[in-house]
Amino acid sequence: MTLSRRRFIRNSAAGGVVLAAPALIGSVARADDGPIKLGSLHDLAGPLAATGEPMVYAIMLAVKEINDAGGLLGREVELINYDTQSNIQLYSQFAQQLAVRDKVDVIHGGITSASREAIRPIFSRFRTLYFYNTLYEGGVCDRNTFNTGTTPAQTVEKLVPYAMNLWGKKAYIIAADYNYGQITAKWMRKYVEDNGGEVLSTDFFPLDVTNFGPSISRIQAAEPDLLLSAMVGGNHTAFYRQWAAAGLKDEIPIASTTFGLVNEPATLEDAESRGVLGSYGYFEELQTPASQAFVEAIKSEHGAQTPYISELAAASYEGVHLWAEGVKKAGSVERMAVIEALETGLSFEGPSGPVVVDPKTHHVTRNTFLAEVVESRWNVLETFEQQAPLDTAAVCDLEANPNDTTHYIIDI
Amino acid sequence: MDIAIIVGLDVVSGIASLVLISAGLAVIFGMMKIINLAHGEFLMLGAYATVLAVNAGVNIWFAMLVIAPVFVGLVGVIVERCLIQFLYGRLVDTMLATWGLSLVIVGGTTMIFGNTIVGVSSPLGGFQVGAYQSSLYTPFLALMALFLMTAVFAVMRYTRAGLIARAVMQNPDMAATLGVNPARVYMATFGAGAAMTGLAGGLLAPVAGVVPTMGAAYIAKAFITVVGGGTSVLWGLISASGLFGFINQIAAFLTTPVFGEVILFIAAVILIRLLPTGISGRFFKGRL
Repeated sequence: MTLSRRRFIRNSAAGGVVLAAPALIGSVARADDGPIKLGSLHDLAGPLAATGEPMVYAIMLAVKEINDAGGLLGREVELINYDTQSNIQLYSQFAQQLAVRDKVDVIHGGITSASREAIRPIFSRFRTLYFYNTLYEGGVCDRNTFNTGTTPAQTVEKLVPYAMNLWGKKAYIIAADYNYGQITAKWMRKYVEDNGGEVLSTDFFPLDVTNFGPSISRIQAAEPDLLLSAMVGGNHTAFYRQWAAAGLKDEIPIASTTFGLVNEPATLEDAESRGVLGSYGYFEELQTPASQAFVEAIKSEHGAQTPYISELAAASYEGVHLWAEGVKKAGSVERMAVIEALETGLSFEGPSGPVVVDPKTHHVTRNTFLAEVVESRWNVLETFEQQAPLDTAAVCDLEANPNDTTHYIIDI
Repeated sequence: MDIAIIVGLDVVSGIASLVLISAGLAVIFGMMKIINLAHGEFLMLGAYATVLAVNAGVNIWFAMLVIAPVFVGLVGVIVERCLIQFLYGRLVDTMLATWGLSLVIVGGTTMIFGNTIVGVSSPLGGFQVGAYQSSLYTPFLALMALFLMTAVFAVMRYTRAGLIARAVMQNPDMAATLGVNPARVYMATFGAGAAMTGLAGGLLAPVAGVVPTMGAAYIAKAFITVVGGGTSVLWGLISASGLFGFINQIAAFLTTPVFGEVILFIAAVILIRLLPTGISGRFFKGRL
């Protein structure tokens, strides 16, 4: 018998269905009494790996704690983690895989705003609950999405007046040249002006700039009282080095919304980083029992090589536990039931303190902190209790418009 | 007046860093017609060698000026023996092979040292010009660039090794008939080019964020400089670095860093359009 291409395809297709049949039956049977599936999309390779690694550690810890306490609704929680390798295309691909093939009950993940906007519509389309646990520029308004990280109204709003009180009214803004830096620079300008100050100039830097000489000269020529920085990534760390090498660190102080997210305090010398101010929703150095236990649990599991445990890790941990609270209250993992349970304003007591879901914006009200770098570590100076996501609340009301899925660019 | 001096220093530093980051690439491209896409990774290896040596307690000057170039030079020789020597005369294949090599080096470095930023702080202090401050490291980089160019010139012009290298560069077959082994010359040249890149990496380590992926930030500028300069190793490199360094730094000072980069690339496009063989193809023809 000659095997024509057509016959070959037909035979293979038939065989495929027969082979797949037990799997289909299996998946229907599993849906109710198998483990609850939690999907995770984080970068563990490429430029963002140092950021993604502690987030995954935190999620692993939260899942382990839930399972040690007997699981959820009597079922075990299974973590399915995909490494997105700092590649947006892989985000889209793995997001579909999690929603369609693995049929997970919830997804935690996404680091950059670009990755979030790549996967958020996919989860809306396939009706899969999504948690974004990263600090970002604010404005996501989507009933299917919960955002547990801080937004500018919770951090920048504290940082700018504090720095201006210490150092003076004339600010110079430097920021990374993509949507996070651009939008954060706008917030910085707003808060400087709200506090009676003046922005002398705003400079944006592409992520591959390595020689900051001319910019350092420009900043000196403008004679600011302080420098506000939203610089991002490895190349931009060189700015702080070149700034210190020119002897300017003690002349013009720096406050930053990004310093520390790729572990700058530990990688720069004390002389290069001392006195830099930052404000986040969590610091590893926080001395509360909950925070110490959290850091201890991650470090004992992953050893001395663990990257800095920043707000991103704490918010990921709190995000998983918040979701678990939602499942417990709903008595089900069904998407709408969990969303409605979370919308009752559920809260979780995490390493940063109480984290409370804001039903109107699907963001969280949480503690934020202000700290200063001393001897390559953060020294927490101030705690701001229970800060609400006021920026997003100004544009977003999911109680009034439950079908909204916009990412608002907040007009400042 | 003070600001003019400071901006002048920025320009000098811009030119010097272009000379440093492009020299190794120019030597390898100019003499061997090999396009080394792993150039940025050689730079990164030089920076890592410096940082690791300093963290192990080695004097920073020794680490930058000796360990980095020697280590990367050895890596270069190994790469030439294991990879490049089989690909001479196959331009596209060498690009593909060295690109693969760059991925391997980035991956390997990430596996061993992790994806975090490392670094050493700058060994020299700052100095005052009127109301302005600048880093002493800037004039030091300029001196090193000057020293490197002088050394390349002296070796090529006045030594027997330089004579042989120039002969092989002009006509390898003729050189071979006269008793020179071109394969060995190529190996030495590739090693020397890699060592120069390693030196640049070592010198930049104190003023850069050292991460496994840092090479990508430098490689585009190094290529533009080498292509803009043309095939003359020394004069092409110096003229192109001078032109691009000046344009980049002045544009970045007068406008913003974003436009500084844009104006640099526009200038490069115009230059290549007007002088397709580079500056040296037109003005320094046949010179070193």
